Amino acid sequence: MTRRGESRRLLVVVTIILSLMLMVVPLPDWATPFRPDWVALTLIYWAMMLPRTWSIGSAWIIGIVLDVAQGTILGQHALALCFIIFVTVRFHLLVRVFPMQQLAATVFAFLAMYQFILFWINGVAGIEVPPVNYWGPVITGALFWPVVSMLLTGVRLRVQLNS
Amino acid sequence: MVASRSSNSNPARIPALGIRVIVLLFVSIILMVLDHRQGYLGAVRQTIGVAVYPLQIVVDAPFRLWDWVRESTAERNTLQLELSRLQAERLLTNARLQRLSALEAENARFRDLLEARSQVRDEVRVAEIMAVDANPYRHNIVIDIGEREGAYDGQAIVDAVGVIGQVIETGLTNSQAMLISDPSHSLPVEVNRNGLRTIANGTGDFGRLDLPFITNNADIRTGDLLVTSGLGGAFPAGYPVAVIETVNRIPQEPFADVTATPIASLDQVREVMLIWPSSAERGGTEDTSND
Repeated sequence: MTRRGESRRLLVVVTIILSLMLMVVPLPDWATPFRPDWVALTLIYWAMMLPRTWSIGSAWIIGIVLDVAQGTILGQHALALCFIIFVTVRFHLLVRVFPMQQLAATVFAFLAMYQFILFWINGVAGIEVPPVNYWGPVITGALFWPVVSMLLTGVRLRVQLNS
Repeated sequence: MVASRSSNSNPARIPALGIRVIVLLFVSIILMVLDHRQGYLGAVRQTIGVAVYPLQIVVDAPFRLWDWVRESTAERNTLQLELSRLQAERLLTNARLQRLSALEAENARFRDLLEARSQVRDEVRVAEIMAVDANPYRHNIVIDIGEREGAYDGQAIVDAVGVIGQVIETGLTNSQAMLISDPSHSLPVEVNRNGLRTIANGTGDFGRLDLPFITNNADIRTGDLLVTSGLGGAFPAGYPVAVIETVNRIPQEPFADVTATPIASLDQVREVMLIWPSSAERGGTEDTSND
């Protein structure tokens, strides 16, 4: 790859680091269950647009980092992210030409799948969680999707990521 | 708007996606079993934790800066009020301490008479709670003291008034701690008034603990102070935990329905203290066998 390839990759890494930071920013107690899953949204976007570079491998690694940052079971977020990014990459040609509302609905479905896997793992591990922790991030995530995708499209076009 | 036709629009499949995803999912499951069932992966967590720490510092920084700005621009008369309040408080505490030191000396003499091992004071160290949210499913906090400063798994954490929780995972420079209000946390306690021993479980609510094993005829009533009993080995004995809030005796059930309110305000503290129990308490078994 060229210099441009390098800077392109760096920029994507920066957006992912920012999303990781948003995951640990303290929110007031009532808002915590509604924190959109920024990491999942960012990864879905990049997997949809650049599936050759940002695919399940990177999703898995970032999932492990997220597990350490949040102190969840090591591998929990890694597994869930890996799975939804697999689905995203599998259907990326289909979904990335969807109009915005339809795309947001698709992302809603992806996030629901993601939360379901987390829920399942918590269930097997015997960790009790109030249900709002599951549907909260799915709804806010889908609502925030247009914003996230517009911001990331801005980033992507700025460095001509699709050249 | 959809100008996102890229070089990837070539409909060729991403190579070996299916196999890679199956391998990764399998690896995740193995990791989770090792981590959750066996707890083998502390070192792995710590290594990755070193990479995560800068992120947490960056997130924490604005909050710290805000605190600093607020403190340094506080008004003169606010500071004076604060100062006089603290002075009054110090006077009271000192008076209480005087009595305490006399009591301590007396206690040591009695212990000498009984030939029991004497209690040494616990060592403490102040830690700050970092303004980062940890595990969304649990009542966890992140503190800025890690293994480098000598923190260890299971270490007790208190604040100025009562028990807060315990360290569950040490990083190199920071640690995660579980609050006593976490639903999976249990704490061996005793009623200060009569030494009745029991267990206090977290409920997931910052303001309530559950005491499930109090028999109906037990001597316990609203307002009783619960202190750590030191029986589990993790917490040193004698630190205040909670005050009994409701006692509901149900005749047909073997156990009464008892709840307590933690003394420490678990969701508001910013500074906490880590306790290193005195060596006499930690190595209990070898110390007592010198007869």
